[in-house]
Amino acid sequence: MKPKVAFFDFASCEGCQLQKLNCEEELPLVLDAVEIVNFREASSARSDDYEIAFVEGSITTPHCVERIKKIRAQAKFLVAFGACASTGGLNMLKNFQPLDEVRAYVYGDGAKYFDTLPVRPVHEVVPVDYKIHGCPGDKGDILECVRSLLLGKIPKEKRYPVCVECKRKDNICRYDEGEVCLGPITRAGCGANCPSNAFHCFGCRGLVDDPVTDSARDVLAKHGLTPDEILKKFRLFYGYSEVAR
Amino acid sequence: MTARPVDLKVDVEYVTRVEGHGHIHVETRAGELTRCEWNVVESPRFFEAFLRGRPWQEAALITSRICGICSPGHQLTSLKATEAAFGIKPSEQTILLRKLICDAATLQSHILHVYFLVSPDLLGVPSVIPLTKTHPDVVARALKLKKLANDITDMIGGRAVHPVTMIPGGFTRVPAPDDLKKARDRLEAAIDDLVATAKLVRDLAGKIPGFERDTEYIALRARGEYALYDGDIHSSDDGAHPVAEYRRVTNERVKPYSSAKHAAFHRSSYMVGALARLNINFDLLDGLGAMAAQVLGYRAPVRNPYWNNIAQVIEAAFVTERMIRWIDRLLAMGPKPEPKPKVKPRAGRGVGATEVPRGILFHDYTYDGDGRIADANCIIPTNQNCASIEDDMRALVPKLIEEGRSRDEITFALEVLVRAYDPCISCSVH
Repeated sequence: MKPKVAFFDFASCEGCQLQKLNCEEELPLVLDAVEIVNFREASSARSDDYEIAFVEGSITTPHCVERIKKIRAQAKFLVAFGACASTGGLNMLKNFQPLDEVRAYVYGDGAKYFDTLPVRPVHEVVPVDYKIHGCPGDKGDILECVRSLLLGKIPKEKRYPVCVECKRKDNICRYDEGEVCLGPITRAGCGANCPSNAFHCFGCRGLVDDPVTDSARDVLAKHGLTPDEILKKFRLFYGYSEVAR
Repeated sequence: MTARPVDLKVDVEYVTRVEGHGHIHVETRAGELTRCEWNVVESPRFFEAFLRGRPWQEAALITSRICGICSPGHQLTSLKATEAAFGIKPSEQTILLRKLICDAATLQSHILHVYFLVSPDLLGVPSVIPLTKTHPDVVARALKLKKLANDITDMIGGRAVHPVTMIPGGFTRVPAPDDLKKARDRLEAAIDDLVATAKLVRDLAGKIPGFERDTEYIALRARGEYALYDGDIHSSDDGAHPVAEYRRVTNERVKPYSSAKHAAFHRSSYMVGALARLNINFDLLDGLGAMAAQVLGYRAPVRNPYWNNIAQVIEAAFVTERMIRWIDRLLAMGPKPEPKPKVKPRAGRGVGATEVPRGILFHDYTYDGDGRIADANCIIPTNQNCASIEDDMRALVPKLIEEGRSRDEITFALEVLVRAYDPCISCSVH
C-alpha cells in the first residue's frame, strides 16, 4: 500500500507548495510511490485519511490553532515544511511591534474584523516530527525527506553551518567582498545558494545547532554594524530565537 | 429544464486549485440575490507594518515573500520603487535581464495555472494527478514548459522561487553567454509545444462557459512594446495615468468579510490580469502570440472573464518567443558583469508598477534619510480583482437561475469563475 500523504498550508507565501510542483522531473516518480489524498492548491479531491502531513506556514490565528491540532491528531508523521512552519520565518517580524498598531496600520478602521495572534512556528503549537528548513524549502530536502520516509527512516537535519557548504563550493567569502553574511551561524542544507550567486546569507534556514552568536556579533560589529543593525539582521529570520530579543 | 430554484444557497468552503484560502457564499430569496460574497479568509501577515524600519537593501528580499508564485514580479516592482525613490537608473543590460525574468515568470505561472489548475475542470477530473495516467503526453509537455521557465528564472535569478541576484541598480551576477545560448535553443524547441498548447485549449474551449459582462480593464501600457516589466497605467474607460498616481486608480477599501482589500476606479469594480492586458495591448501583440490569438479566436475586447485562461495561453506563446529576442539582444551586448551599484539613500518616496502574471502590481515606499522604510503600501492584482469576481457572480447567478441550472451546476460555475481569475489569495492578503 502506498503511504497516504496530505499537504496543508497556513500563513505563508505558498512558495513551498510551488517548490513541490517545481520538482518537475521527479514528480511522476513521487506520484508512483505515494498517494496524495489532500492538496487543496492542486486538487479538488479531499480526504482526511492520511499518514504523512506536510505543513507549510506559520500559526497566526485562533482558527489556525484548531486546524493544526486536528492535523496533528490524524498524522502519524508531521513535517513542518519551509521557514514559516519550521521557525516562523520572516512572519515573526510582526511580533516585534504592538499587534493592535500593526492591525490598524494595515486595515485602519477595519482592523477590528481581523484577529491576529503573535506568530508561532508549528512546533510551538503541536509536536513536529521533522523540519524542512529554508525560504523557500529546498527541493533536494523535500525529495530526501520523501525518500527517507519511504525507506522507513527518519531524515536528518544538517547540523553544520552554511559556511561548510560555501567553502566546499570554493566561493569567495562575502566578508572578503566587503559584505556581511550570516553563513557562519545559519543551518546548512541549501548548498550555500545565495553566496554562490554573489549574495550574502541572510539566515533563512534559521540558526545552526549551538551557534556561536557572540562571535558572530563581534564580527558583524567589526564590519561596521551597530548593535541595532545586528539585531535587525537577526530578527529577519531568527525571530523565533532569543538572539532576536 | 429543471424547476427554478427560488431560494438558492451556495457555500463553497475553501475553493480548491487556487493559491490560498477563500470561500464563496451566494444566497437568493424569492429570486432576489441577498448575499454574494467572495470571502477571503486567509490569515494576514502584515507585510506593510513590518517593512517599516527595515533598510532599503532588504525591501525586495522581504516583499518577495509576499508571494512564492510571483516572487520575481514582487522583486522587480520593489526594486523599481526603491530606484524611483533614490533616483537610480539601471543599465540597459539590467533592464533586458529583468524583462527576460519577467517573461519567464509569466510563462511559468500561466503554464502552471492552465495545465495544472484549470485543465482538470475542462477534462472533468479533480486534479492533474489522474491525467498523468490518461494524458501522459499532455502532462509531460506541461512539466517540460514549466521547467524551461523555471530554469530561465534560475539562470538569471539564482533560484526559481525567491531569486537572489536582483538588487537595486543591477545584478550581483549575470548569466554566462553559454547558458543564455542553451536557454535560447530550448525556447526555440518549445515553440511547437506552445502551438500544441493553443490547439489543445482551442479543442476544449467549447467547455468554457459563455458569459459576458462589460467592465473596466486596467493594465500597464508602454510605447511600442507589450507591457509587462514597465509602462503607464491604462484604463479601458479613460486611458493613461502615471504610475505615481496609482492611488487615484486603486481606491482600496476594507470589507469586513475579506482579509484581502477591494479596489474600484470608475465603476464598482475593475479587472486586471491577462485578459485585461490583452484587451488594453492587443495592437502590440505579434508573432507567436498573435498566431495563438488567431487559433483561439480571441478578438479584443473580450468581455468573458472565463477567457482569462485563453488570454494566459496567448501570453504564454507570446513571451516564449519574446524571450528569444531578449536573449539575442543580451548576447549581442556581451553580456558583461554588472558593476556593484553605487546607491545613495535619500529621504523620499518611490512607486513601482509591474504586470505580474495575475495583473498590475504596485509597491510604494517612503524612505527616511538613512534609507529605512518609513511607510509601505503594496497593492496586489488579486486585491484589485476581488470586487470584479463579486460583480461577475452577481451577474452570473441570475443568468444561471434563469437558464434553469441546478444548484450543483451553479456551484461549479462559480468555482470555475474564481479559478479563471487565477487568484493569488495569500499574496492579496499579505
